[in-house]
Amino acid sequence: MKIHVKEQPDAFKRFGAQWTPTLLMMDSEGKERFRFEGYLPAEDFIAQLRLGLAKSAFARGQWDDADRRFLEITRLHKDSEVAPEAVYWAGVSLYKRTSDHHALGETAKQLRSGYPNSIWTKKASVWEQKGGGAG
Amino acid sequence: MQMQWMKDVDRALAGGRAQQKHVLLDFSAAPM
Repeated sequence: MKIHVKEQPDAFKRFGAQWTPTLLMMDSEGKERFRFEGYLPAEDFIAQLRLGLAKSAFARGQWDDADRRFLEITRLHKDSEVAPEAVYWAGVSLYKRTSDHHALGETAKQLRSGYPNSIWTKKASVWEQKGGGAG
Repeated sequence: MQMQWMKDVDRALAGGRAQQKHVLLDFSAAPM
């Protein structure tokens, strides 16, 4: 739903919206699961929405659904800025689902080769150094 | 993804709960 700063200023306070546009994704329990601020072109906006749904599934412990959604982002938005983040979290979802620490090491390798300059590659680098592990 | 636009936050959240769906809150200053 749209909330306009002039029409519903109380809602801005209630949800801590500091800037426009701000988008909050609330799950069916009314919990905030994802937030992003600032304008994005349509394709990037859709990628962010998909990331939000994937993170919501992750936050609720739905590892299968989260894994599937993160991988979908890596396929559908391969060149977008959210792709390396999705690769990272797909690896974590797989690890959570299987308890196989190799999933993390493989994810780190995948990030290093596909997205060498991403902050998510740096975050995952510890998994390669340790040969995997939840770090 | 299906979108339905509403104006009442609490009604939107209640609708999300009833339908087991996510709700997007879009805080805007754009001309209406």
